[in-house]
Amino acid sequence: MKASEIQALLDEPACSHNTKEKSGCARPAPGATAGGCSFDGAQIVLLPIADVAHIVHGPIACAGSSWDNRGTRSSGIALYRIGMTTDLSETDVVMGRGEKRLFLAIKQAIDSYAPAAVFVYNTCVPALIGDDLDAVCKAASGRWGTPVVPVDAAGFYGTKNLGNRLAGEAMFKHVIGTREPAPAAPRADGLPTYDVNLIGEYNIAGEFWHVAPLFDELGLRILCTLSGDARFRHVQTMHRAKANMVVCAKALLNVARKMHERFGIPFFEGSFYGVQDVSGALRDFARLIGDPDLVARTEAIIAREEARSDAALEPWRGRLEGKRALLYTGGVKSWSVVSALQDLGMKVVATGTRKSTEEDKARIRELMGDETTMIDDGSPKALLSAYHEYRADILIAGGRNLYTALKARIPFLDINQEREFGYAGYTGMVELARQLALSMESPVWEAVRKPAPWVK
Amino acid sequence: MAKIEVSKKALTVNPLKVSQAMGAALAFLGLDRSLPLMHGAQGCTAFGKVFFVRHFREPIPLQTTAMDQVSTIMGADENIKEALRALSDKSKPDIIGLVTTGLSETQGTDIRRAVREFRAAHPEFACVAVVPANTPDTIGCLESGYALAVESLIETLVPESGSAGKRAKQVNVLASAMLTPGDIEAIKEWIEAFGLRPVVVPDIGDSLDGHLTGAEYSALTIGGTPRSEIEIMGESCATLVIGPSLHKAADILKARTGVPDYRFAGLMGLDDCDAFTQALANISGKPVPGKIERHRTQLQDAMVDCHFMIGFARVALAADPDLLGMQARFLTGMGAEIVGAVSPAKAESLAASPVAKIVVGDLEDLEIEARANGAQLVIASSHAAGTARRLGLPLLRAGFPQYDLVGGYARTWTGYRGTRQALFDLANLIQGQHHEPEPYRSLYRSEACGQDRVAPATAGLVQ
Repeated sequence: MKASEIQALLDEPACSHNTKEKSGCARPAPGATAGGCSFDGAQIVLLPIADVAHIVHGPIACAGSSWDNRGTRSSGIALYRIGMTTDLSETDVVMGRGEKRLFLAIKQAIDSYAPAAVFVYNTCVPALIGDDLDAVCKAASGRWGTPVVPVDAAGFYGTKNLGNRLAGEAMFKHVIGTREPAPAAPRADGLPTYDVNLIGEYNIAGEFWHVAPLFDELGLRILCTLSGDARFRHVQTMHRAKANMVVCAKALLNVARKMHERFGIPFFEGSFYGVQDVSGALRDFARLIGDPDLVARTEAIIAREEARSDAALEPWRGRLEGKRALLYTGGVKSWSVVSALQDLGMKVVATGTRKSTEEDKARIRELMGDETTMIDDGSPKALLSAYHEYRADILIAGGRNLYTALKARIPFLDINQEREFGYAGYTGMVELARQLALSMESPVWEAVRKPAPWVK
Repeated sequence: MAKIEVSKKALTVNPLKVSQAMGAALAFLGLDRSLPLMHGAQGCTAFGKVFFVRHFREPIPLQTTAMDQVSTIMGADENIKEALRALSDKSKPDIIGLVTTGLSETQGTDIRRAVREFRAAHPEFACVAVVPANTPDTIGCLESGYALAVESLIETLVPESGSAGKRAKQVNVLASAMLTPGDIEAIKEWIEAFGLRPVVVPDIGDSLDGHLTGAEYSALTIGGTPRSEIEIMGESCATLVIGPSLHKAADILKARTGVPDYRFAGLMGLDDCDAFTQALANISGKPVPGKIERHRTQLQDAMVDCHFMIGFARVALAADPDLLGMQARFLTGMGAEIVGAVSPAKAESLAASPVAKIVVGDLEDLEIEARANGAQLVIASSHAAGTARRLGLPLLRAGFPQYDLVGGYARTWTGYRGTRQALFDLANLIQGQHHEPEPYRSLYRSEACGQDRVAPATAGLVQ
């Protein structure tokens, strides 16, 4: 990958980060950097495609410490959970046998697992010694008749976010538009079917299954989710959607924007966290598709679901009312989760905005008022001192801060990638309420905070 | 004697191997007020952190030199120096473990030179020890990377001396990567029972045992071997070396200090434990305490109780070489048979294992061996959960990583009591798999099918 190509990807016109003086992400500082690399980001985006053989091309470190560590779920085939790597040896690197090994590895994956496609992820070592991934994939694809897609997102190219985009770029370049979708069978109720895509939804802990039935009911056929519970053939047909939703992240805006430019598919950014956001997402789909009957049916479903969710949340509201949350998460979630928590009667005393855009911050002010505290420093120390300063009752953050909270003996809720519970959709809210109460009301906090009886 | 067979596949499927850099980082996590620093792209560290956090359920201090496109091509010595400076300045660690990765090794880094240049440029940080370890992930595995870190640690921090035995009650323990925090705790108690004072290197039993401290947060390890203790290893009366992977480290320590050493391949099973106990009795000159005698007889009792279940049991085993060897000796010592054995990398110690064949390969190889040879039980890390499920066999989790078992990191395998618990757990797993013969109904028996069945317990609830 050329430096100029990376620069072009960092310059995303549809991204509101891009209006300020610096584009994309700052260079990482030695000794003071957290977060994953581009390879990590590429894997996050593509690994959920369940019927693909995902081969990590490189020595063991990349796959060895990361395979099978995602919370994403598939409704059927689970080939994505089989870890595959070329596991390059010293001899492979020194003698330049990487390409040959990769070629044979692709064959082996096809022979043993008959995947719908093979994705090959580049990593630092082969990128440095100059293995020609594109050529090997092309040759392998030609020889064995299975699509082989190069994903050139080696770790040292940059951050996880860049890796997300590189992965999206690979799908746009090699997969999207390579197959036509079968027409949807006519519905028993005679309603029309509209094709849509979700971009950046990963079905963590199966949470999208809370939402999916509503799409069916409305006659919205999800051609493809990039990439939760997706299949390779779904990705191939994405170009035929009537509308795209970019879910909960800026990282894959490039895919949505390019699909808009090339195929004229309109898109919007939204989230499935919190009652208001789910309703908002359904409304946006109806608006973009522009069928007045769909708009009316959407409103009816929203009214029904909101009433249902309101009733289901009622018992929890009494318990959560007035509780104070410190929220530290990235981008869209910095406000989308705020509205979810407010739906539950909780007060968000401060929210992290390190990865948020000006637009995100405006939404936060709108939701939380002007006196809102925005935290830019996400270090464990800063989070803990904010927790105490604002007398919070719970820290809501990503998995990496889990033990920051527990070691400090404070309640915690995991809101990111690796969590084990789904909070999306109207029904996900109940699970969110339950998990919040479970941690805050736990008797263990008092037990572990009190000194031993013999300590004076 | 085991025949070693290297898997010839181009594609590694369901990797068993964890990189050397991870092993080296683990060794440094066993030192007090320490911080491992990986010289590579930021992902090496991010993945490593998640890996250890999920295994130990602890916050893991781990930093990166954050190589990017420019420093990868133009040279990344500046990244090393800047990272060392920033960490020394901000966190003031006692020890920084500087570990290389595949990326920096392929680039051809000279970390020792970078450390010298850092020293020259920043005399104010002379109090921060920097221990370099070259750990490319194109060779070896977690265990060998861990060993490389221990070797460098001794070379860097243990002064050459001739004061062996100056501290008559102090014994060094070189603890292999196969030992858990629970194991190390048990080994320390064992040694202390003889009135000796152990200096365990590295001591993840003190840093990663999972305990709440007064401080809410630390950027460094919150326990482990203190640097001051490492510096006086030369004054101990003996060194106990646990795990063949540390033989080279033991040679280095002995050459520098002259402290005599005793080497143990493992501490599971009656023979292993007896050898260790005997050595402690010899070193201390004290009789074996009654409590330990008692634990020994408890183990013997469990052995006779459990031999019915474990005898002839067909076990598939995948682990790094030290752990593989220890488990294989223990299991065959109970009459079980290892019908599939896989190690992620070659090691000299493998040949001595009581196994017919060891495949150097991955968990797919283990699955194939286990299926072909009719295994009844799998022993491996959490990564083998899918393997065991497909085989329809129970999995006893051992090694790295264990992310789907709370407390797996803390389990004690070694010693008389640890071995006894392992026997119980194995026996229960195998007993749970036991299938009795299908009932045979003689054609001369007149009851119609189902007629003599006991009514279900819920029958009384039917209204």
